[in-house]
Amino acid sequence: MLRALQAQRSFAHGVHPPQAKDETRHLPIKQFPFAPVMIVPLSQHIGKPAVPVVREGQEVSRGQLIAEADGFMSVAMHAPASGLVQRIALAPGIGGRMAPAIFIKPFPGSSQEISEGIPCGLDSASPEDILLAIQQAGIVGLGGAAFPTHVKLKVPEDKPVDTLIINGVECEPYLTTDHRVMLEQPGDIFMGIRYLLKVTGAARAIIGVEANKLDVVDALQPVLPDDLPVTVEVVAVKYPQGAEKMLIRALLAREVPSGGLPSDVGVVSVNVATAAEIGRLLPHGRGIQERVITIGGPAIRKKGNYRIPIGTPLRFALEYAGMDEHLSRVFLGGPMMGQALPSLDIPITKGTSGFIAFTDAQTAAQAEYPCIRCAYCVDACPLFLNPSQLGLLARAGEFERMADEFNLMDCFECGSCSYVCPSHIPLVQRFRSAKSQLRKRQAAS
Amino acid sequence: MSERGRTLEIHTSPHLSSGASVDVIMRNVVLALLPVAGFAVYSFGLAAALTMGVAVLSCVATEHLLCRFAVTPTTVRDWSVTITGLLYGLTLPPALPLWMVACGGFIGVAMGKCLFGGLGYNAFNPALVARAFLQAAFPAAMTSWVPAMASERFTSVPASTFTVPFAAPVYDGVSSATPLSLFKFDGQLTAGGDLLLGLTSGSAGETCALLILAGGVYLAARKMLNWRIPAAILATVALMAWGFNVADPQAYPPASFMLFSGGLMLGAVFMATDMVASPITNAGCVVYGVLIGLLVTVIRFWGGMPEGVMYAILLANAASPHIDGLIQPRVFGTRRG
Repeated sequence: MLRALQAQRSFAHGVHPPQAKDETRHLPIKQFPFAPVMIVPLSQHIGKPAVPVVREGQEVSRGQLIAEADGFMSVAMHAPASGLVQRIALAPGIGGRMAPAIFIKPFPGSSQEISEGIPCGLDSASPEDILLAIQQAGIVGLGGAAFPTHVKLKVPEDKPVDTLIINGVECEPYLTTDHRVMLEQPGDIFMGIRYLLKVTGAARAIIGVEANKLDVVDALQPVLPDDLPVTVEVVAVKYPQGAEKMLIRALLAREVPSGGLPSDVGVVSVNVATAAEIGRLLPHGRGIQERVITIGGPAIRKKGNYRIPIGTPLRFALEYAGMDEHLSRVFLGGPMMGQALPSLDIPITKGTSGFIAFTDAQTAAQAEYPCIRCAYCVDACPLFLNPSQLGLLARAGEFERMADEFNLMDCFECGSCSYVCPSHIPLVQRFRSAKSQLRKRQAAS
Repeated sequence: MSERGRTLEIHTSPHLSSGASVDVIMRNVVLALLPVAGFAVYSFGLAAALTMGVAVLSCVATEHLLCRFAVTPTTVRDWSVTITGLLYGLTLPPALPLWMVACGGFIGVAMGKCLFGGLGYNAFNPALVARAFLQAAFPAAMTSWVPAMASERFTSVPASTFTVPFAAPVYDGVSSATPLSLFKFDGQLTAGGDLLLGLTSGSAGETCALLILAGGVYLAARKMLNWRIPAAILATVALMAWGFNVADPQAYPPASFMLFSGGLMLGAVFMATDMVASPITNAGCVVYGVLIGLLVTVIRFWGGMPEGVMYAILLANAASPHIDGLIQPRVFGTRRG
């Protein structure tokens, strides 16, 4: 009864895309094999690229530090496999732009033992030590944003945090990685929460899951540690429930101010896979060298959840998972916010939560039509923006007005407006382009 | 691997679509109007069928030809001009000379829609622009009514229907008056049941309030119509009429009469809800509906004409962008007010 009531909790507006999770939600996480060559980009996160600390021709062991953080807004990189640093050169990135990367050729006969570092003890370490350890472990938001986690956790002292939210919503269709991590790694998650509570000073933690993952609630509820102030709470199945602002609204009825951060309302929120990695890596002083992703979508044969080495080229991943001959669009992340790829020579990075492939059948192009002001987008926008008006202004090039009068910068590009638009107007694309034009104009002036 | 020769499509997110489309919405509006049109034919016979047929044909042909003229792909397949034609036909006196019907259809679509840039850019409901043009150009013909349920309605058409262009229309002996003009000029009140079931004289499609409401409920349930607009209009009219009727029952008709007579129901459900010409926020729609309700009541009570729905909606259409300018959704994380 309580659960049924809780499952109604949500934010206002939003959309209900088909969830498409049934094909992979029951599949345990499997280890993905090593590719013949791994490509580790130095910039897999928001912020400054890491600086290589290895030379071409050097042998590295799995988990070894290969690039260190360049300043605070940066994180370290670790070798995904024991092998040889072939070269440090440019490799294609998601946007099609070339960026420096370390190419590693794994040794075929190696035991691929993961090297240990200096452990960051939960009891002995200070909050600052933990933040540093998180940065040195190369941890970024694994939900897809790839924002350096230690930066997110560094809350201004004048903003006390009372609640830590562990985001296990995973509202993107097709993706089931967080679902599997919650079922398979409760211990890591709880350990991660201990570190996070200590860093943030929050009094309690809430693991938020969507009502389509009640098996997670059943699995976690009995094993919640008695000495840990953590609860598991259910929220309604609705997209984009997993967006930070939406989840905080649903769980705590608090509204993060426009342009503000969760800490403005006393909250820090961390993706559940990120928390699990913190709990898994810090006690051993290790760094991220693999992550869990969902490989799925109608054009994939061996759909599943895989623990995949960072730097695995997508072409190798596709060949391993098997693809349909009608494959026409592949993207990283979920279908609502994921980025379509121009090439298969791009590696899996820390921010890659999924790798989804569609066939021609799912991607029939729809012609754009004039806006008929049906207000579907207005009723869908979780931030109560007016996408219709923003779309018209974008077309007229009035980017300043979009930002000043219609809160363009609040848009986090969830895609709900484009999803419902009966005129098939690429609204999110317009907003994205407007934001970047605006940044260029501001930089120029 | 067989990806050689295959092209990867690049497209920005989202990669899913809800499947909603303009032509599906428009087709559903046409569907919701069909019972109303069917009743118009049942009630007024061949004359109504001819009027609506010519209305639809003239509107569709105008848009198609103007698209050809502008060397752009024709837009008639989105069904929106069919709605315009059908609605326009439903607002006309059934015995209106057909050449006038065609003139109005041309003016409405050409000047009310295409001149503004087509679907999505029309400031006014094109069907009402067409009707307003006829009201101004042919006031006598636009207020000549035939009785409903006439016995010979399926076998003959009124003489006026086939009037030669620019000749004065000739009306047969039996002319009739609408419930609104009966009240305004003769102080007669029509029975509520007749109004609800559409047994009165009037424009082709405005008489049967029940079928119009059913169409509205269907569209609202499918989220193809914002129910707040008709609700606000009808509530405002009912409230004002109730107040004045209580104060002076002789001069002002009761609320039920106001609601179910004339073009109010058709206008509130199908005309005022034109997505393009109405505000985009829910709050804006309520303001817009109240404005229409006020204008309708003012025109009916104190204006020179018995009916005011058309002008009320056109005026509110003009106000709609300004309502949107004043009422925007409260952005998440900003203070109210």
